[in-house]
Amino acid sequence: MKRSELVARIVISTGVLFTIGAPIYMWTRTPLIHAHMSEEGGWTPDILKANVGEPLQLHFTSDDVMHGFAIGQLDMKAVYIEPGKVTDVSLTFDKPGVYTFFCTRWCGVNHWRMRGTIEVTGDSSASEDASVKIPLYVSLGLDIDAPHKSPAVPEMQPSAIRGKELVNNLNLDRLVVPESYKSTSPYQIFQQLDPASLSDSEKWDLVAYLWQTSSTPESIANGKKLYGQNCAACHGENGAGDGVFADDIAAAGEASMQSMSGAMDSMMRAPADFTDPKRMLSASPAVLQGKILRGGMGTGMPMWGSIFTEEQIWDLVSYLYSFQFEYEK
Amino acid sequence: MAKLELTRNRFIKNILVNRYPQLAVFIVMLVGYIFAILAGLIGTPVGSHNFSIVFVWIAWWAILILVAVPFFGRGWCAVCPIPLPGEWIQRGAVLAPPDKKAKWLNLRVPRMFRNIWLQNISFLLLALFSSVLLTTPNITGMVLAGMLFGAIGLSMIFERRAFCRYLCPVGGFIGIYAQTAPLELRIKDKQVCASCVGKPCYNGSSAGYGCPWDVFPGGLTKNTYCGLCMECIRTCPHDNIAVNVRPFSVDLAKPSSRIDEAFKAFIMLGSAMIYACVLLGPWGILKDAAYNVGTATWFIYVVAFLATIFGILPGFFTLGLLQKKSSLPLKHRFASLSTALIPLGLMFWVAFSLSFVMTNASYIMAALSDPLGLGWNLLGTANMAWQPMLTTLLAPAQTLALVGGLIWSTRTAQKAANEVNVSSLPVIGYCFAVTVFMMWLLL
Repeated sequence: MKRSELVARIVISTGVLFTIGAPIYMWTRTPLIHAHMSEEGGWTPDILKANVGEPLQLHFTSDDVMHGFAIGQLDMKAVYIEPGKVTDVSLTFDKPGVYTFFCTRWCGVNHWRMRGTIEVTGDSSASEDASVKIPLYVSLGLDIDAPHKSPAVPEMQPSAIRGKELVNNLNLDRLVVPESYKSTSPYQIFQQLDPASLSDSEKWDLVAYLWQTSSTPESIANGKKLYGQNCAACHGENGAGDGVFADDIAAAGEASMQSMSGAMDSMMRAPADFTDPKRMLSASPAVLQGKILRGGMGTGMPMWGSIFTEEQIWDLVSYLYSFQFEYEK
Repeated sequence: MAKLELTRNRFIKNILVNRYPQLAVFIVMLVGYIFAILAGLIGTPVGSHNFSIVFVWIAWWAILILVAVPFFGRGWCAVCPIPLPGEWIQRGAVLAPPDKKAKWLNLRVPRMFRNIWLQNISFLLLALFSSVLLTTPNITGMVLAGMLFGAIGLSMIFERRAFCRYLCPVGGFIGIYAQTAPLELRIKDKQVCASCVGKPCYNGSSAGYGCPWDVFPGGLTKNTYCGLCMECIRTCPHDNIAVNVRPFSVDLAKPSSRIDEAFKAFIMLGSAMIYACVLLGPWGILKDAAYNVGTATWFIYVVAFLATIFGILPGFFTLGLLQKKSSLPLKHRFASLSTALIPLGLMFWVAFSLSFVMTNASYIMAALSDPLGLGWNLLGTANMAWQPMLTTLLAPAQTLALVGGLIWSTRTAQKAANEVNVSSLPVIGYCFAVTVFMMWLLL
């Protein structure tokens, strides 16, 4: 073989082998966490491991649409994960445990299923509260799946502003927020209200006033923010159960029923309508907290207990009642 | 305008004859092609950030349709890496002169396939899946790999470049559009070829290989099937082969009478219009139908696509021809006058390509910096934002291309009609109607 032929073959072979080998080598050395819409698999991998006190370097990329990354119950700002680009995140945990990470962007109808866990092991470097707090709905023994419908509803939207005027005009020195406020529905409070001389509308206004005074403006504002980020996609910006994914969820529920004859109770239903007074005025804060915390068990309502802190859930509950009551700004 | 013989320049001639410059280009192209396959298969599935999609369907396509084909004809074929591994395997050599004995089966391609119908079919196959192909890196990677291995396989079975000549989905349209280009490879003196013993340009010699494109250069009158591989310049013992610069569109003065080439013109014209509808139009239902391969709506799209290309477009064209009486057989008139659609189709593709190339060109720098989507930033441009380019020039440029194409095809129709002694009016009217439709789609 002539020398020129030999050199040409060596150059070509080397070029081809390098072109194939180098990218594959680099590819295997770059562990990426891929984000896909839930229908395509969600996070891959979805279980991560870390040690307390050691930085965990994560490299995210999206294989389809824009996603977001945040860790539940931690005070961290969500980061965006753009399609085809790599987003680097460095995390250090100071407590062992299982943390839930989740997508923060409305990426698809099953967006809320896009979750994973980070298992953090090692000794805690932070003071730890070892006690497990039992949710209120559990300690009260509430059946949060039981149907609830308020037998009476106001003719017009109850107003905390009018309620406040009533309190002043009637010289009711103080309208005490009951101790059992969180375990009592607005309708139950409505029934208990005295004096009997008040009209139903006035009583409902007093209920609205009570509900506003039982929370703070900051709590309602925080609940509104959380609602906009996490709930409005299904329940709608105005709480009417008509979010951008509502129709898809209802359709998915109907489709799933075609192979599950008779199991209507576990059907994925259309998102709850918070503007429905029968539903909302018969629900105690504890019931709403339980539904948010635990999720809807097959109805399509996600479990948020691992994402929100207890305080955040109460903020959300406070905000949900604002779909029924007119609050003072 | 007279022809300008480039090969009279010693420097140019030496560059073309010497195998090393060509080999250097081949190696770069082959490495880039293999990298595109790999990027498609292991890179990010997000098309706009994957080298295979951005470089094949944006950068390469822009260069091909806006520069290479209009100005260099089969210039792309001259440097295309797809047939190279197969050709080297077929020859058993990269640079060495040919052996007298064939190393593989070396069969002649059956006569029934010695036309461009297979190329028409392969192009249509890609076109029907194009919405997925153009956006899905692993599909692009598999198609590129399939073409590479297909070319290798055909090289081991058949003689010469059977893949390029008879199967390549791109080669077919490059061939018919190459007739418009101002560059050609031709013989200088017919008598020299007629008296040449052994015809080494076709059969090969110790100086080089016989024409890989199965063309006898002595009979070349059109660019359609000459791949500009320069092998005949190396093998011609009489220095009788020249590369010339010439006026645009010279080959179209003698219209083709081949029905496969005529339908290629309709396929390209129709595809440009359908792509403009599907990829650039506002109709979501069309995009969904084209993208959801295998669904009922996709099958409807396929039927509509094929009906447009094989029924509606040639149907109206034929109806136009039937308006004027002629003693020539309809098939002959159909084939000859469809020559007018060649410059029009090319300009349709230019206008269509301008649109998506200017819209998507900004992806190129980002993909160069991070070709696999692994978070690299080789050139510091990985995070360059998407930005449509030269948007104010787009509509004027497209208008110029379409109106220019109409004028060009009108002139071509007149020449073709004169050649076969029929009226050009129906063809000119047809060209006018489809140009107005394309303008409505694009502007």
